[in-house]
Amino acid sequence: MSESVNNREPLLDISGLEVHFETRRGIARAVNEVDLTLYKGERFGLVGESGSGKTTMILALLRMIKTPGFIAGGKAVFDDGTDLLALDAEQVRQTRLKRVAMVPQGAMNSLNPVIRIGEQMMLTMREHGEEGERDELMARVVGLLEKVGLKPEAASLYPHELSGGMKQRACIAQAICLNPQLILADEPTSALDVVVQRQIMQTLRQLQIGLDATVLLVGHDMGLMAQFAERVGIMYGGKLVEVGTVSDIFRNPQHPYTQLLISSIPSFETRGDFKGIPGVALSLLDPPSGCLFHPRCPKATDACAQREPTLKEVSSGQWASCLLHEEEHDATAS
Amino acid sequence: MPPLLEARHIRKVFSSGGGLFAEDKETVAVEDFTLTIDADKPSFTTIAGESGSGKTTIARMLLGVIPPSEGEVLYAGRSIGQLEKDEMRSFRQDVQAIFQDPFEVYNPFYKVDHILTTPIEKFGLASSKSDAREQIDAALRTVGLRPEETLGRYPHQLSGGQRQRITIARALLLKPKLIIADEPVSMVDASLRATILSSLHKLYREFDISFVYITHDLTTAYQVSENIVVLYHGTVAEAGGVEQVIKDPHHPYTRELIQSIPVPDPGSAWIEEEIEEKEVDESSAAASMQGWSMCRYAPRCPHAMDKCSTRPPLFRSGAGRAAACFLYDEQEPVEEGNLTQLFSEK
Amino acid sequence: MQRLSQISYYLRESPMLAAGFIMVSIIVLFGLLGPLFVDTSLAQPLSTTPRMEPSWEHPFGTDDSGRDLLSVMVVGVPLTLRIGLLAGAVGLGLGIVLGFTSGYLGGRFDVVTRGIVDTLLTVPGLVVLVSIASTIREEISVNIMALVVASLAWMWPTRVIRSQVLSMRERAYVQMAKLNGMSTAEIIWKELFPNLLPYLAAQFANAVNWAILSSIGLEALGLGPQNDPTVGMTIYWAITFSALIRGMWWWWAIPIAFIGLIFVGLLMIAVGLDELANPKQRKAV
Repeated sequence: MSESVNNREPLLDISGLEVHFETRRGIARAVNEVDLTLYKGERFGLVGESGSGKTTMILALLRMIKTPGFIAGGKAVFDDGTDLLALDAEQVRQTRLKRVAMVPQGAMNSLNPVIRIGEQMMLTMREHGEEGERDELMARVVGLLEKVGLKPEAASLYPHELSGGMKQRACIAQAICLNPQLILADEPTSALDVVVQRQIMQTLRQLQIGLDATVLLVGHDMGLMAQFAERVGIMYGGKLVEVGTVSDIFRNPQHPYTQLLISSIPSFETRGDFKGIPGVALSLLDPPSGCLFHPRCPKATDACAQREPTLKEVSSGQWASCLLHEEEHDATAS
Repeated sequence: MPPLLEARHIRKVFSSGGGLFAEDKETVAVEDFTLTIDADKPSFTTIAGESGSGKTTIARMLLGVIPPSEGEVLYAGRSIGQLEKDEMRSFRQDVQAIFQDPFEVYNPFYKVDHILTTPIEKFGLASSKSDAREQIDAALRTVGLRPEETLGRYPHQLSGGQRQRITIARALLLKPKLIIADEPVSMVDASLRATILSSLHKLYREFDISFVYITHDLTTAYQVSENIVVLYHGTVAEAGGVEQVIKDPHHPYTRELIQSIPVPDPGSAWIEEEIEEKEVDESSAAASMQGWSMCRYAPRCPHAMDKCSTRPPLFRSGAGRAAACFLYDEQEPVEEGNLTQLFSEK
Repeated sequence: MQRLSQISYYLRESPMLAAGFIMVSIIVLFGLLGPLFVDTSLAQPLSTTPRMEPSWEHPFGTDDSGRDLLSVMVVGVPLTLRIGLLAGAVGLGLGIVLGFTSGYLGGRFDVVTRGIVDTLLTVPGLVVLVSIASTIREEISVNIMALVVASLAWMWPTRVIRSQVLSMRERAYVQMAKLNGMSTAEIIWKELFPNLLPYLAAQFANAVNWAILSSIGLEALGLGPQNDPTVGMTIYWAITFSALIRGMWWWWAIPIAFIGLIFVGLLMIAVGLDELANPKQRKAV
């Protein structure tokens, strides 16, 4: 998956990523052999339901996995050869914010409630090696706040004095303060009003284009993905089951899970037509044999219970992990 | 026959702060809300709004969990605050609730069975243990769950969707006439939402249960509901049939809401479209919560006029629908803000 | 059976709880099984040669009045434990009733209870106990000791239980219980109480610990049951007869060792239970 997409160069090459959680009842493979290449300047949406591993994956990239979880294997290599997963603690601290930054789901996880916004951002910048006089740094902080649509006065406010939307903007400002190449956003707007959400996502997009940074947006709101992302990846049970451009995914989904997911999105088209995904969510501690989705899949065959499919390119730029396509793929390849 | 549940001009004011050195801050959460649920004909009404709109406060007043500051909530013609013990019991049976968080409603000490056996016990619904078991099984099956796979487990052993469906089964056991569902699917995975909504719809169509559906998600409201009331900062902005209001919104706020919803169509211009950034600054909106003389939405409204410095009444902007906006002031206002009357005119 | 497996699960999850449990069990078994192996009549004065160092015949030595200290401990430890248990139980019992009621109901009852509790907590406990104990004219028996100590053992449990109840009161399952038509008493007993069991057990361990220490404190001052060889009274006698200066180390060191063991054991149980009761420790799998 390493050729350039849309004439973009690869930024981060994730291969064989495995994150496991040790529990009394066994090992849960929260992220299961994930291969994914992120390109420079792209907006990538990672979609999945609870238990899909999408949040675990970005925590792994940020090296924020806590026991009983641990990174069991894999590499995440930058264009300059740095492997995020092999860095030691000090190097990780250097990389965070400078190269990889996170916009969290709730501002509570990122903003210190007892320090004013401007002060916090300066402290953060200093902690990551930025030097300079106080005035200089503060000027940069104010500049950042304006970039995210906040007034300079916000710098002297405490987080609780800001509304939800404003807090999230402050989090974004903090995330971009050192011009990172990769921004990992974990459902940044899930707690916000629809109207505020739109404004924030527009701001995020403008910023991203301006910085030529890559944004990995994690979430479960398909509508939001359709509007914000250029490429989308679908995760199920820890595995990446489909990747493609946003128009391919929405107009021509190849994996049965993706197909069901898309058709279950409630819209303003049909009333009273309730399509969900049948069956029960899978248990990571007692996963099905073969393809993880086969117990709920309307197109499952006998082979699906025996063999695990792998991600194969179904058409240019679109990848799916499904035995149905494997045969086609092998057929055309031979 | 008196209506099943009637909210008459209910108003709720919360005061916070106060003490020796600070003034009491008063926030009006709900301004003036009137709604009637019929006893004989089932209805499905959505109360939609963003956080801070007052929708959950209304739900709590309808359930009798908090008393209104002004106005009253009547059950079968009697004010809830004055019900006798057996009338109260009857109220609790007829009016049931489903809550947003499918985890918190379970006491972690007990298996999920507890939430089903308790109402049977308290309301004397079963004649024997086996009768109780039968009723529970039937209720679980109605919502699409298998008793063998559900009973005997602890809450953390089931998925959010299953837990939520159990709460619906629980509501069913009491054979209620009205279910007030407060954001029943917002904490449930997208793929399971349809099944839950489908259960609710089934209860409405097949069991003749009325619903008051509280949500911020207009798309789900469109799927299940008949009528809709859009709230903005404690006041009714618009009301009418869900098909009309969603497809052809009259109030500027409703329009803004619908336009802001990201549709799963990659071709739309949702993200590129330059929206007029009227500061949707919730903190200034919160400040204006204390001033009630003007139209709450005016600071953000592209159509704001001088008139908007007074509070607009709910004008009949069409057949069976209304909007609280001076754009429609050529029409008659809805009497007493009576939404039920309005809906029946469709 | 399920409860047993729950208990063993708790013991496995918290090594501290297990260690404390073992320590306390040793003491309890010492008291329970001791009389089977040791002649308790030797705990009376003038039973044997006084002032003897620990030896095979008298493993804990003997005191000035000719009591065999091993027998004394075998008789005294259960007495001290009894005081602790009684006072702890009364203290916790009152604490549960007052704490649950004022926490759940709030209102004036809460304001009054809180006021009383907070005020009494600021008064130095030992001073109060000393005044109470010294005004009791009759012979202080072990049970009376327990009651004296219990009089101050209820305040802290009331306070902490109240704050736990306050935080649980607004939980959704309590709302649900109300909608199910449960009465206040039912909600407190059936919904709130079971969730607090590990916490209450920790409080009980604390209460017992405090009660034992307070009783020993009182006894060491001479305000205890004169004729019962509780651990504290033994220390009192050791002090009165200047055991320290006279080099009769076994007379004071051994009771103190027992006290230490009880204290640490109960403390570890309390901390271990508290760890388990703390929801952050519970890993959702």
